[in-house]
Amino acid sequence: MICRPRSIDDVQEVVRERTRIRPRGGGTKTALSAPADGETVVDMSGLTGVVEYDPGEFTFSALAGTPVREVEALLAQHGQYLPFDPPLAAAGATLGGTVAAGLSGPRRYRYGGVRDFVLGVRFVDGEGRVVRGGGKVVKNVAGFDFPKLMVGSLGRLGVLVELSFKVFPRPRSYATVHVERADMSAAVEALKDLYVSRFDIEALDLEPPGVLWVRIGGLSESLDVRLQRLLEFLGRAARVLRGDEEVALWESVREFSWVPAGCSLVKVSITPGRVTALEERLAAREPARRYSVGGNLAWVACPGDLGDLDAILTSVGLAGLCVLGPPGRVRLGAWGDGVFAERVKRALDPGGRFGRIA
Amino acid sequence: MSTFDIRSSLREIYPPARILTRPAELAPYESDALTAFRARPVAVVLPQTQDEVVATVRWCNRTGVPFVARGSGTSLSGGSLPVPDGIVIALNRLNRILRLDPTERLAVVEPGVINSDVSRAAAPHGLYYVPDPSSQPVCTIGGNVAFNSGGAHCLKYGMTTNHVLAIKAVLADGEVVQLGGGSVEGVGPDLVGIFVGSEGLLGIALEITLRLLPKPEGYRTVLAAYRTLEAAGEAVAQVVAAGLLPGAMEIMDRLAIEAAEAAVGAGYPLDAAAILIVELEGELPEIEAELAHLMRVIKVSGAYEVRLARDEAQRQVIWKGRKSAFSAVGRLSPDYIVQDGVVPRGRLAEALAEIERLSRESGIRVANVFHAGDGNLHPLILYDGRQPGALARAEELAGEILRLCVRLGGSITGEHGVGMEKRDYLPQMFGQADLEAMRRLRRAVDPLELSNRGKMFPSRE
Repeated sequence: MICRPRSIDDVQEVVRERTRIRPRGGGTKTALSAPADGETVVDMSGLTGVVEYDPGEFTFSALAGTPVREVEALLAQHGQYLPFDPPLAAAGATLGGTVAAGLSGPRRYRYGGVRDFVLGVRFVDGEGRVVRGGGKVVKNVAGFDFPKLMVGSLGRLGVLVELSFKVFPRPRSYATVHVERADMSAAVEALKDLYVSRFDIEALDLEPPGVLWVRIGGLSESLDVRLQRLLEFLGRAARVLRGDEEVALWESVREFSWVPAGCSLVKVSITPGRVTALEERLAAREPARRYSVGGNLAWVACPGDLGDLDAILTSVGLAGLCVLGPPGRVRLGAWGDGVFAERVKRALDPGGRFGRIA
Repeated sequence: MSTFDIRSSLREIYPPARILTRPAELAPYESDALTAFRARPVAVVLPQTQDEVVATVRWCNRTGVPFVARGSGTSLSGGSLPVPDGIVIALNRLNRILRLDPTERLAVVEPGVINSDVSRAAAPHGLYYVPDPSSQPVCTIGGNVAFNSGGAHCLKYGMTTNHVLAIKAVLADGEVVQLGGGSVEGVGPDLVGIFVGSEGLLGIALEITLRLLPKPEGYRTVLAAYRTLEAAGEAVAQVVAAGLLPGAMEIMDRLAIEAAEAAVGAGYPLDAAAILIVELEGELPEIEAELAHLMRVIKVSGAYEVRLARDEAQRQVIWKGRKSAFSAVGRLSPDYIVQDGVVPRGRLAEALAEIERLSRESGIRVANVFHAGDGNLHPLILYDGRQPGALARAEELAGEILRLCVRLGGSITGEHGVGMEKRDYLPQMFGQADLEAMRRLRRAVDPLELSNRGKMFPSRE
């Protein structure tokens, strides 16, 4: 059963009438948005539109079903962008889906992820009430921070209906350095060096077995000098990408075009110091994978059943979220303490309409 | 439980020397930096270990005694005001930096660690902890986390919450939970995000994992003087419109300049109605290029005097005046209330004009120091507490300013928190359903409402 609400009132009505609900935005995160048996899909694609945008404020508010692409086009007209670089924008991701899935793209390296840019939220809770949290200004600490809580909540604490975000001026030009190291361990060392360096890096990705992608952005007049300094720091022959080729590269990264057909894609929360441990365990299977955000995020693509990856993540104490793939197992590895999450769940969705949180 | 029973029963956990009960011992804990509110707790306990904190919270849960966790007591919203029939858990002795991992760019600290000590410990590695409230040399990380207090750099770097990666906390029933995992990218609902800024209503943080950043390679700091406060406010909007993202943008008005000059002699232009401080930070070639853009903007913004700090010493002089402003205002008036409402940046000039009008009408002097980059006002409302009714009149004006902020689309608090001070103003920002959801969350985590009872939510409840 699919409902396509046209208004927030409609969303409230659906929530009150149905006992099991799965909110869906653009449906791009296939593993997260497909309904289980008996669930009513609340398709949010009818609740779309930017409600408020003042470029001088660096903020905007929009309905949750608004496609990311639409927002990006609007911001671009004023030289602004979403620095957390929402993934799957070209595929049709919505603002609500991006927040609920808690996903950010490679450019989140510089200024922070979706959690750091969401300022305000309105959502329909498990009892059909509209709840607002946060606000529309860049600095605000009044009341509990519901906007943050909704990041990564997978639609299990409420149906997002409206969101406010902070935005930034978009760098006027970009350059990316592609550099190869002899092996993974040398590449990880180079990654760590860059991670603690004073370079203002826009994105820092590592592609096994030894390729580093370093993106910088800023004013056109200073970019060449900065690029030169970066190349000297890296200290060996490197390829520099600029212009359309450079933009296309990162677009393909955030759209996951590198993921082989038929594979599920799992987001793994990690830190640079633990990359090697995960790599050692993955070595035998050699799945397509990419370490993003300077080694704070691993994207692992696996064909077939995810049982092996689940076991591997558990063994190294890491948590994973299956984003792309058939519905079913979405939580992999070692997730944190469920006690606190359960209590939050009890407060916002006591009847369990939105499915289990932990 | 009687006062006597509470005190003797706490000996299960603490040696007598670490249970304060005598009036003279309790006096320093009767208020925080919002001295207009006072309450005497039954006892203050001084834990030295996380286990003692957990044992105390479990004891409170068992006996039904409410507790207030407290660091250095710098809260300006009465956030660490004691509950009269409760105890204070003073966390200053939990002040160890447990781990500092430069390659992971993180520090694991106890709640009693002083904010600036984190940056000091990280400095040899070229790293620092970004959030810098004005009370940075004294305030504790636990308090920063409870109130999500930010400082001058929130536009570019976000508030405290953006720099907290994980929290080990004890909930009000004594359950110990681990939220977040130390990576900047998490999975599942952002539980760290809801805990930060919850004003102590969800429990006590025992261990906090902080994100460190590499120190910017350099800074370019500009001071511009204006004939009107509005012109300074509009200059901020113009800087932003030029596509620049400064690390900090601060404004001080005439009264604040006067006070700061009298206190530290930073050499500010005394004839200015307002000064604007803009600081660019980042890679040297980039900030040089940005500076050219900034200077062009400042030139056409109507500034009658512009200074560029040529070296670190000159930069420090510019900041010295700004950083001393709060305490310096103490020279102008025996007492003052610091508000911290927020307005959309584009409405700064309007807000300032309105505050000026309210000040004139009420006959109460207001000095303005604020984080202009993120619209966070800090009107300092001057009064003399020895005059009958002066505090009430000052509070009334403070309330007017808060309502103004909400009316302009802003917030009643940007970094101080709601605490005791602004709880009756929370309904200005949120509706019944919003507040009810927050209350339900509080009760789901703390059914007896033991943790920091009486704060944040409107008093009628």
